[in-house]
Amino acid sequence: MKRAEQSFQFKTASYLVRIGKETATTLAQLKQGLEGCSDTSIFNHTFQTLSHHHFITQGFSNDFAQWVLASCNRPELAEQLASLDIRDYLSLAELRADLKRLVSDYCELNPQQAEQSAFEPFFFFEAIEVEVPLGMEAWTLEEFRQGLERLSHASIYFHFIASRLRLHLRTNDFSYWLESRLDLGTLAKQVNRIDIYTNTLESARQRIIDLVERELDS
Amino acid sequence: MSETMPIPRLIRLDDYTPVLGEPEVAELRTLASRLQAHTVQMVNSTAVGGGVAEMLNRLVPILQELGLAIRWEVITGGNDFFEITKAFHNALHGGPYDMPPESFDTFLAYNEQNLLRLQLEAEFIVIHDPQPVALIRARRDHSGHWIWRCHIDLSQPNPKVWDFLEPWVNKYDGAIFSSPQFARHLPAPQYLFYPCIDPLSEKNRDLEPEVVTGILERFSIDRARPILTQISRFDRLKDPLGVVRAFQIVKRYFDCQLVLAGGGASDDPEGEAVLSEVREAAAGDPDIHILDLPPWSATEINALQRGSTIIIQKSLREGFGLTVTEGLWKRKPVVASAVGGLPLQVIHKHTGMLAHSVEGTAYQIRFLLSNPAAAARLGQQGHEHVREHFLITSSVKRYLTLFLHLLLLP
Repeated sequence: MKRAEQSFQFKTASYLVRIGKETATTLAQLKQGLEGCSDTSIFNHTFQTLSHHHFITQGFSNDFAQWVLASCNRPELAEQLASLDIRDYLSLAELRADLKRLVSDYCELNPQQAEQSAFEPFFFFEAIEVEVPLGMEAWTLEEFRQGLERLSHASIYFHFIASRLRLHLRTNDFSYWLESRLDLGTLAKQVNRIDIYTNTLESARQRIIDLVERELDS
Repeated sequence: MSETMPIPRLIRLDDYTPVLGEPEVAELRTLASRLQAHTVQMVNSTAVGGGVAEMLNRLVPILQELGLAIRWEVITGGNDFFEITKAFHNALHGGPYDMPPESFDTFLAYNEQNLLRLQLEAEFIVIHDPQPVALIRARRDHSGHWIWRCHIDLSQPNPKVWDFLEPWVNKYDGAIFSSPQFARHLPAPQYLFYPCIDPLSEKNRDLEPEVVTGILERFSIDRARPILTQISRFDRLKDPLGVVRAFQIVKRYFDCQLVLAGGGASDDPEGEAVLSEVREAAAGDPDIHILDLPPWSATEINALQRGSTIIIQKSLREGFGLTVTEGLWKRKPVVASAVGGLPLQVIHKHTGMLAHSVEGTAYQIRFLLSNPAAAARLGQQGHEHVREHFLITSSVKRYLTLFLHLLLLP
């Protein structure tokens, strides 16, 4: 079994939610909030919310889309916002620009709806990340499989979802290590293809383990 | 004067493993490993009774077991002090403040007396609610991290009381609120910590089916027909009359029963009045079960929630709404008003249904009764939502994360 030159260091991250300054009670205010809020707020309502709501595998994409649908009753805009896939973004600036553009275009085309009061306000939160090493590492694929089994949901999220912004690559920590340290490019691609919107963190973990075991058996 | 509470050891962290899974419990230990022997003091105004004491009774032993050097201090005061703080509480919720102006001096004098007995020297000092807020006077040279944990709704405080408290609150390094709606604009960072339930408590632990059946039979509730339940004290803000009207609409189409269970009628004249209005509205319908329960009814409430088909929370105004958390934990589909902290728990169409009127409540109940598979999905997702965010262990994780964050601050 191949031994990597550099081990995979398992970590976890815990998030503190800070209440931001911006709130929105209309779509027009949502647009302003998207312009003024911090990057950690954009992160919280798009990336972090996938971890918070990973158990919802149908019809939940990000907090903005959910609010526009449930509190503003604007399904067409909600659908557009929900269709933004965080895997397509390497920076929060790009993601913010697309969110702003969609809300702005809608408000311009529908000025009356843009000013209508929502049932409940949208509160902008910020996610403060505290990263902690788990003291576990993997040098081989077998050790990697064993490590996966012991990870918390937060740890899977940290390596599999939030890592994209850290790496600035369209991949995740697991795939990056499998490809760059174990030369397992095909396995890395299969892992990266697991849909984070239709899987829970638990089912994503199981699918990664299944793929790794298949590779170990081959 | 003030006392340091002996820390109870009723439940161990490992007892939560079947609920959370091994990796989640291990993660708490990993986070805590960086805080070994760091000192923490939690300060509040009562050791028993009330949600804060109940929460600290669970939280403090777990943090201690995780290796933090934690102490729980309870301040004391005379009847005059607690009359003033009760008046503060009501005024901070928007009510009038009729106490004499010298009440503010009395409040500060009691805080000062408590300071003489308390050694507030921990690295992390968490002051709960307004009663001990002025203890921050003990802080020397910006030592330690002082956090104010506000468990009450400050969205529309009476300015007389808030103007007095605000300068004290502004001295803290941060504040924690249960909902963004309850927060104020403060100079220091404000963190969001949801209230929580303990899955191992009498009100939430698993019950054997025969216990549930026995309790429902005791209240003459028929398990063969759908049971709609609202657990709340008899208070106009919980809109029990609206619940009866929604039930009456649903009953035109479904043969079902309504359970309105709660307390508050025996020691509160308004509660008694509301209870008699509800009885009148029920107009002798044998399918409406109105249960005025004593405070020691945790098992009964647990069984009523577990035996229910749908949990309703049709409040007109609400704090966080922990009875909804309890219902969600028991995998029940919930129909709730979109007020207070309820939308944080009930994510519309994902972990329950939100409604904005009597008719809307009735409509969502009818939808769920007609679509049991959708109801089961909501119940399951609601359970997961609570498991991730609203259990005592989530609260432990938030405190550990906060302490780690504060340690890392430059």
